This record gives sequence, structure tokens and C-alpha cells, in this order.
Amino acid sequence: MTPKIIDEEKLSAHNYLGQDILAPAKRWYVFFSFLIALVLNFLPLQGYALIIRPDFVAITLVFWCVNQPQRIGMSFAFFIGLMMDVGNASILGQHALAYCTLVYFALTFRRRLGIFSLLQQAPQIGLMLVIMQVLMVLVAILNTANFPEWHYFLASLTGTLLWAPIAYLLALPLKLKSDPNAL
Amino acid sequence: METTPQFFRHGPGPLARLLFFALLSCLLMAEDLRFKYFPELRPTIAIIVFPIQKLAHLPAQIYDEIKVFLDSFHVLKENEILRQRYLKDREQLLRLRTLQTENKQLRKLLGAVKQIESETKAKAVLAEILYTPRDPFSHKTTLNKGSQHQIQAGQIVIDNKGIIGQITQVYPWVSEVTLITDKDHSVPIQVVRNNLRSVISGAGKNNELELRYLSVNTDIQTNDLLVTSGIGGVYPPGIPVATVTEIDRNPADTFAKITSTPIGGVDRNRQVLILSLLPPMPNNPAETSEIDAENY
Repeated sequence: MTPKIIDEEKLSAHNYLGQDILAPAKRWYVFFSFLIALVLNFLPLQGYALIIRPDFVAITLVFWCVNQPQRIGMSFAFFIGLMMDVGNASILGQHALAYCTLVYFALTFRRRLGIFSLLQQAPQIGLMLVIMQVLMVLVAILNTANFPEWHYFLASLTGTLLWAPIAYLLALPLKLKSDPNAL
Repeated sequence: METTPQFFRHGPGPLARLLFFALLSCLLMAEDLRFKYFPELRPTIAIIVFPIQKLAHLPAQIYDEIKVFLDSFHVLKENEILRQRYLKDREQLLRLRTLQTENKQLRKLLGAVKQIESETKAKAVLAEILYTPRDPFSHKTTLNKGSQHQIQAGQIVIDNKGIIGQITQVYPWVSEVTLITDKDHSVPIQVVRNNLRSVISGAGKNNELELRYLSVNTDIQTNDLLVTSGIGGVYPPGIPVATVTEIDRNPADTFAKITSTPIGGVDRNRQVLILSLLPPMPNNPAETSEIDAENY
């Protein structure tokens, strides 16, 4: 077996080492980020805005799991899923199951995701979001719902597009003031 | 294992945790859909969710306030229009009152059963749609009035054109409306043109209702107006529900495929009216004995 050749231009050790090291987040900051995400998810939107709205809570969950997995656990994902279920008037446990699975994937692939830049991470995050949505569709179909129209999955696409800006914004207050590589 | 420092201990691995929580959510879903052992669970979580929903509603509220402020410049004109409409409606209302008394007289002459009129605790309340979930599976919305405003489950929600849905879950400050487009929701209706009675159900899609189990040769046409028939005692009679938009009479099938569009702004309006509960119907002896038989 020949070892896989890594394309130096796409993934280089220099880029990896040059990535920012984030300061450990304060507990209140984590909670605050989820509060904002929940508010964005509960905004009373209509029409197209409602169709393309990504699941901000899911994106925030992925961000914390990838960057600082010690801050939140699966129990937190489960509970915030229950809150979404109640707010959304859906089956109790539908979002909870989806979010727990999402957190599982994020935790499993977090080392892999770490070597990519934010833009390179986006498609992989998108795949996780699609898996999460498919899981929710499966649960709904078990409860004799119709298969949703195709635009239901647009939320994953917008989530993928918004991953880089959201992750950048969330990491902004955590960036160290001094350069850790200086010396 | 005991020598492992605290720092390295992480508890069970991700997969074990996922399996645990997946099992827990499956149990919860089964509980929520079938068994319903803990009806308090949802309202308890709703207490935590409510302030967040309120916060999310704030921008819309501010927008409304600004709009009201801007509209106040046109108040005089609007007042005039409203006064004219009031006079017009007043005329109809007066006619309605004479008709009501006439109806009562006629009923007395015919010896018909007196219509039951009794006060119920729940009153008609104006409410606002707080939140519409981005969930294609459940056709429900949240209103900003709850049990604190004497809302009860079972009340009907309408807008200025027709029926929107029915309140199915009441929390302290908010309540959930199951829209008529929900797959599991049915409304007893009749066709205005020929008084044909039927039951209309949601199709599980936006802005679509289905008239199921009407045979191919039923007398129904497109653009027929469907209003509530009042049968069943849940919906007050005579409120517009839908218009028939498409009829597919395939002779190979037993039933015609009739789709219709709701008249009320099921997915549009912000302001809605929650109607007061209808007085309970007298018990149907045949039905009650059946229910008793089920209980034992």
C-alpha cells in the first residue's frame, strides 16, 4: 500500500501551525451564543426568509464541539433539542435526537476538521447538517408525515454557506491578544 | 484505572453517549406520541422557552409600533372609511337581529328544540401569531395568549376571512394552534350552493385541503364555497373554510380527488381572533354508551 500523498498546497504543516489558538471560552459566553442562536431560530419569519433560514442552534453546537468540546456535552445538546421541540411544536425528542447525532459527528471528526481552514470545513459541516435533517425527516415519516418538499433541505445549504462567517464571529472574542507563535 | 488523574477522565466515549441519548429521545418520542404519561413535561420546558420566544418577537413588535405611529397620520381618513363600513355592517346586524327573533318565533311555532345558550368561561380574544416553526411536518403556530388569558384547548381561531385552526395545547402565556392544513385535522363543512355535508381535512401541505371520501358523481364544482356546518358542536356554523380549486374525477377510483384552498390566511396574517368555546352539546346516548364500553 502506498501512503496517501498530501497535496502540499492545500494542506501544509505551516498553515496548520499558523492557525489561531483560541482562549478557553467563558461559560457565560457559551450560553450567550446559544441564546442568540435560539432567538434567531425563533424569529417570526415568513415566506422565503423562513425557507432559507438555517438552523443556527445546530451550527453553534458544531462550532463548540469542534473548537472546545470540553465546554458542552451531549446532554446539553439533548436539552437544547428539547427546547427547540417545544418551541417548534414538533414531536418531543425529534430535535434532541438530531442534535445529539450532530454532536457525535462533530466530536468524531473534530481533529480532522481542525486541519482545514474555515472555508474548507464548510462542505463537511454541510454534510453533517444534511444528515441531521434526514434524521428529522425519518422521525417525522415514522409519525406518518408526508415527505417534505425539496426546499426543506435548503436550510443545510444556507447553513453551509454561513458556517465560515458564523464560526469566525464566534471565535472573534476568543482570539488571543498576543501572538502565541512569537518568540 | 484508579491511578488515572482527574484530567484524563472523560467518562463514556461519544458513541456510548450517543446511544444513550438516542435511546432516551426514542423513549421520549414514544411517550409524546403514544403514551402521554407526563403531560406536564412540555409546559415545564415551555416556561424556559417562553422568554426566548418573547425576545425573538421583539423586533416584530418594534416594527408594529413604528407602523402604528406612521399610520396615525392617516387616522382621519381611515376613521371615515371605518365609519362608513360600520354603518353598512350595522344595517346587516340589525337585519340579523330581526332574523334571529323571527327564527326563534318560527322554532317555537314548529315546536323545535330550543337552541342551547349558556355562558362559557372562555371568551373571544384577539391574539397575535408569535411564531411559525420552520417545520414542514407539523402545521402549527404559536399565539401570544395562553391560559393566563383564559384560553382553553379546543377554541377555534379565525381571521377576518375564515377559519385558521383550533387551539390544541395551552401554556401559561402562549398557546399552540393546529392549522386546518394539518394532516390530522378535520373540519365538518357544507357546500353553500347545495348544502352538501362532508368533512374536510388538511393535506399536510401549505394552503391545501382535501375533501376525502366523496364519490365520483358527487355534485360539487370548482369555486364552490365551503363553510362550517356546525355538526359536532366544535365549530360554529356558517364560517367560511375553503373554496374548491380542483376536482379530479377518475372513473377508475371510487372517490373523486377534490382539493381546495383555505380562505383564511392560514400562513399569512399576524392578528387572529380566538372564538369563545361553544356550549357543550347534550350527550348522545349512543355515543356515551360506546365510550363507557371502551373505558371498562
